[in-house]
Amino acid sequence: MRQTDPLSVRIGCIIVTASRSQQPMESVIQFLSQPWPWYVSGPLIGLMVPLMLFIGNRSFGISNNLRHLCAITQPPEINVDFFKYDWKEHYWSLVFVIGTALGGVVAVGLLPNPEPIDLSIEAMAMIRAWGFELPPAGALVPPELFGATLQNIALLFAGGVLVGFGTRYASGCTSGHAITGLATLQIESLYALIGIFAGGLAASWFLVPLLAR
Amino acid sequence: MSRYLPYLLVGILFGLVLVKSEAASWYRIQEMFHFQSFHMYGILFSAIATAAISIQILRRIERKRTLDGQAIEIPGKERGRINYIIGGLVFGLGWGVIGLCPGPIFALIGTGSVGAIVVLAGALHGTWLYGAYKTHLPH
Repeated sequence: MRQTDPLSVRIGCIIVTASRSQQPMESVIQFLSQPWPWYVSGPLIGLMVPLMLFIGNRSFGISNNLRHLCAITQPPEINVDFFKYDWKEHYWSLVFVIGTALGGVVAVGLLPNPEPIDLSIEAMAMIRAWGFELPPAGALVPPELFGATLQNIALLFAGGVLVGFGTRYASGCTSGHAITGLATLQIESLYALIGIFAGGLAASWFLVPLLAR
Repeated sequence: MSRYLPYLLVGILFGLVLVKSEAASWYRIQEMFHFQSFHMYGILFSAIATAAISIQILRRIERKRTLDGQAIEIPGKERGRINYIIGGLVFGLGWGVIGLCPGPIFALIGTGSVGAIVVLAGALHGTWLYGAYKTHLPH
């Protein structure tokens, strides 16, 4: 495993290089292009909760947008009650996920990571044993699973169906339950999280090894 | 339109963090479910801690007003148990296989992944199925 420098050392380096460099902007971009450590990323994600409350009394969560998108596109002849509400009141939420996608654009457009994902040695061995190649540079998901073949498309769609059905049945996903729910001490979110983790373990230990062959 | 600008900016930050922290990575999710690295747990625990502490601060400061002047209040979840557990289980099965939960689906679409668009199409279909069969499911 590559040794990650403590944050203070990294920030110290960036200040020194930026002040000496002819193009300080370039070294800032270079610094931000490295993978962000958990102790920077986690608190930034956690800050979404108070920020959303502060901006407009909103509860941070993503999966409700799937419902809004269904409500927007529901044809009048189908008319399912669950999707009959004034989705225009939820513009803010749709704007947020449009932002999330734009964040992805910024991340690859401006700050691409030149290195492959720095997985643990155990994870690399496991992925090889499953019949996958090690992650290529710049790839977040395996080409073996996300490449456009008919089998992959069927699998990704089926996985998506489970995610969409499950998050609505449980009224939330990782953001709404694990982060907002647990941080506000809601017992329902703990139930949801037990289910989510059990399902994830089952899939990762028993389904994924079957798929790769 | 300007009242939506803060949501857009915070959303951009969220998508940026999901990609740069590799939380939107299938590889990282498999590594997490096999307990092979602290990375994802570090993200989750520090996110929960940051959110919990900042909510306590929000509750204690004098000016409990949002940008547009409402009183800040945190809504509770609807009562229930079985729907949260089964729903979580179904969602977890999907998450474990494709390695993407809803936030990362949107972030990954931004990185130009066609596969993530297929996942979104599936997720919309699943959401619709829930809405259509909601009354037949235990809650």
